[in-house]
Amino acid sequence: MQKTPKNPAKHATFVPKDKKSTKPFHNTPMLDQLESGPWPSFVTGLKRLAHENNMMVDLLGQLEHSYKTRTGYWKGGTVSVFGYGGGIIPRFSEVAKMFPESKEFHTLRVQPPAGNHYTTKILRQLSDSWNKWGSGLIAFHGQTGNIMFIGTTSENTQHFFDEVNAYGFDLGGAGPCVRTAMSCVGAARCEQSNCNEQKIHRLLVNNFIDDMHRPALPYKFKFKVSGCPNDCMNSIQRADMAVIGTWRDDMQVDQKEVRAFVASRGRKYVIDNVVSRCPTQALSLNDDDTLDVDNRNCVRCMHCINVMTKALSPGKEKGVTVLIGGKRTLKIGDTMGTVIVPFMALETDEDYEQLKEIAVNTIDFWAENGLEHERCGEMIERIGLVNFLEGIGREVDPNMINHPRTISYIRTDEWDKEAEKWFDRKQQAAG
Amino acid sequence: MAEQAAMRQPIESGCPDGFQYMHPLMIKNYGNWKYHDRPRPGVLHHVAHSGDEIWTVRAGTQRQLGPYEINLLCDIVDRYADGYVRFTIRSNLEIMVDKAERVEPLIEALTDAGYPVGGTGNSVTMISHTQGWLHCDIPGTDASGVVKSLMDELYEEFIHEEMPNRVHITTSCCQINCGGQGDIAINIQHTKPPKINHDLVANVCERPSVVARCPVAAIRPAMVNGKPSLEVDEKKCVCCGACYPPCPPMQINDPEHSKIAIWVGGKNSNARSKPMFHKLVAAGIPNNPPRWPEAAAIVKNILRVYKEDAKDWERVGDWVTRIGWPRFFELTGLPFTKFHIDNWRGSRASLNASTHIRF
Repeated sequence: MQKTPKNPAKHATFVPKDKKSTKPFHNTPMLDQLESGPWPSFVTGLKRLAHENNMMVDLLGQLEHSYKTRTGYWKGGTVSVFGYGGGIIPRFSEVAKMFPESKEFHTLRVQPPAGNHYTTKILRQLSDSWNKWGSGLIAFHGQTGNIMFIGTTSENTQHFFDEVNAYGFDLGGAGPCVRTAMSCVGAARCEQSNCNEQKIHRLLVNNFIDDMHRPALPYKFKFKVSGCPNDCMNSIQRADMAVIGTWRDDMQVDQKEVRAFVASRGRKYVIDNVVSRCPTQALSLNDDDTLDVDNRNCVRCMHCINVMTKALSPGKEKGVTVLIGGKRTLKIGDTMGTVIVPFMALETDEDYEQLKEIAVNTIDFWAENGLEHERCGEMIERIGLVNFLEGIGREVDPNMINHPRTISYIRTDEWDKEAEKWFDRKQQAAG
Repeated sequence: MAEQAAMRQPIESGCPDGFQYMHPLMIKNYGNWKYHDRPRPGVLHHVAHSGDEIWTVRAGTQRQLGPYEINLLCDIVDRYADGYVRFTIRSNLEIMVDKAERVEPLIEALTDAGYPVGGTGNSVTMISHTQGWLHCDIPGTDASGVVKSLMDELYEEFIHEEMPNRVHITTSCCQINCGGQGDIAINIQHTKPPKINHDLVANVCERPSVVARCPVAAIRPAMVNGKPSLEVDEKKCVCCGACYPPCPPMQINDPEHSKIAIWVGGKNSNARSKPMFHKLVAAGIPNNPPRWPEAAAIVKNILRVYKEDAKDWERVGDWVTRIGWPRFFELTGLPFTKFHIDNWRGSRASLNASTHIRF
């Protein structure tokens, strides 16, 4: 598998001969075993840095110690830059006596450009700044979406921040606050995009910059934006507020390309992999090898569009679906986001303003009503969706549920009034 | 005051505009792409309504990059591409070029530098991972090491597209599961209640919030050896470790008893089926650095069976839904135990209330 590199000095396995760090290396027999194999080795990377600075010499020593004892040795604390309350993950070593050079090894969470776009120039610039003020080690990216600048002292967090902040980068969130957001590549390079992901991403998160830098919410709050229901940003399961591009008119079908696809892959392939995989049986292959689409019953799952990328595309009347309340295990178990807005167009400034307002209302209501360390989805579970909707000023919609209630334990005193509201809304919508 | 006055005020600029770093063809055709195809594994080809075309070469990285790696990769991008890159959610580097003939030299340069090209379409793409022993304050295991070991084993599946559909693997070093949902998830699973250092609790922990943090109300305030502390009802305790972050003297990690569990069938996409959570299939696996061979063997076995048995376009979760869980355990040879049966709130919905049984 591993071939000898053509140019060993320009290869992932390169280790410099010249050692600039003054401290001798620790023995790392366990980590050394992670240097072999075809995948680029993070251990070799750490060793290269240990040739440069003593902090990484001791960091490698501590990591080997963790491997040997199967125990972690970092503890948190409080470190912040001037003017902010969050954005830094402080790490103090519990084994600093053995590894004093890495006794402080803090991470700065920095927000990447929307869509994770970089030029080589800005990557080198960020790397140079971190090499100057920190360990040199950068993670692209953390699970929330931050660029994580791993490993520096309390003092240097401020210097590094001052330097990168001056050329346009800002800290992300840490603690009970609005966190760094994520958006997919979307409209920049993907034909399946149904919205301006980068604009939504920046509109939402930059509106809450105070709530990000000064943690004062019940717990964390994450925004994620995906341009289509493939949800490459995993937003339904990972975001407190997921904004996902969709469309509400008919999907676009290029019948000439459908025919070409059938001709090249065969009818059996198309029936087995496209038609019969439609979750709502909305597709049918015609006798002339064109495709029949029951658009009223299409749920925009994306499967057929994923398979036939040339023949099928999302519709033209684009917008977004908004879901609230996704999160992982703690404390009540996993929750997925729930549909709060089945469809809204995002064309005019007023449309975007309305989306922002949904986020503001949600965070305000949750900040008032959420318990300490309770995610928004957990609060919804505790108080019920209807109370949440009333709290943020939104009407009920059957798209919010899988099916109506199955239990009769409910008071329906004001049924007629509520039914009236439904008919009024329908009439209003009809114009 | 004098010192304060010298401090620099932050510019609260928030999330930077991506357009200043985007490939010019992406700016020009923003929102106007027509279709895409994949000329070979690791390469995407997008065509715009304007007729413009862009090729993306995707390379796996070790996620943690230093100046050497960054300059090595940037030198390649500057020489063989246009100086524009982006990162995927799974730490793959995407390099865009404007001409088909520039793809192969770029791939060759990346391969020569030891960076694998792949991770597109129906491959096993890069494993998403967390911080682990390298930097986290509560990890039961390492993340980078698990990922490196597994990606070495799954290298061929990264550079080829031979799986029924894409495979997203995740790892997490504690049960908070920062790695998120995965077709296959490799997560720490603690098996013993926390060991409490009663000398430290009163000084380090805000006791009421620790009590409130427990999902099964197993923690209560207590006086131990004359000191205010906390005690755990070990019969109730589910060993989740939720008390450990707010109260480090309640050590949940144990070199022997913090095990690894494997979960399958998580899916974030809405394609075909609605999004799904992953489900427990194996536990009690030793946390065995530096290469975690026992966990790797189970993952490879599940992937082998999935590759053989699933239909095209079926994600792991779609496949198990079609063949049923009894068949999954039969085909993988994994034991089915009482621990697989859910007893958390809402769990009755996961029981079979029908006569739908495969023989």
